[in-house]
Amino acid sequence: MSLLDQNKKDTPIRYLTPLDIEVKKPRKKFDRIKRWGVRPDYKDPDFLMQFLNEQGKILPRRITGLSLKHQRRVAREIKRARHLALLPFVTDLLK
Amino acid sequence: MKNQYETVFILTPVLSESQVKEAVDRIRNYILDNGGEIVWEEDWGLKKLAYPIQHKKNGFYHLIEFKYEPDKIDRFDLELKRDEKVIRHLIVKLDKHAIAWNEKRRKRMQQKAESPEGEKEEQKNENA
Repeated sequence: MSLLDQNKKDTPIRYLTPLDIEVKKPRKKFDRIKRWGVRPDYKDPDFLMQFLNEQGKILPRRITGLSLKHQRRVAREIKRARHLALLPFVTDLLK
Repeated sequence: MKNQYETVFILTPVLSESQVKEAVDRIRNYILDNGGEIVWEEDWGLKKLAYPIQHKKNGFYHLIEFKYEPDKIDRFDLELKRDEKVIRHLIVKLDKHAIAWNEKRRKRMQQKAESPEGEKEEQKNENA
């Protein structure tokens, strides 16, 4: 038992405040398009709004939880809506 | 064989009510004259643009769903480009799923139109 181990055992590390790392339970993401049977459409931008972040950028798949096919379809509709000025290209505090 | 298309175009807000109607009629007649057939039309009226186009903050939106010959569609696209009143337009070809979806959307809008009170009551007691 080297000296180092010796005193490590004797003096337990006491934190000033109890260390409680709350483990963020990853909520089960689901494919909203499949679940609600909605077809993304550039004509109703409010539905597409939920796939944009505050700056108006398209959220990645790992956040939207969509399947590859639906993510691409949503992205295409968002780009069409942007072309028609129904959705902004860049904004702040979109929500 | 005619394909089904859907076009949404924005007219500059500077126009008066009659000019807007006349511009839309001109486009509609262009479709009808060239062997097109209009399936559905929607007028979204004056809406605020998400970003200024040609320094204008809002515009008249209009949607036309129509059947048209595929080889004449880019001529129609050119027509919209040439029209100065139209500041932005988009023509989309509809496949059968999109056509079915549009019909469903129309039914839903009609139901909403027929029972506006039903809708409001639901919302009221939802948040009540």
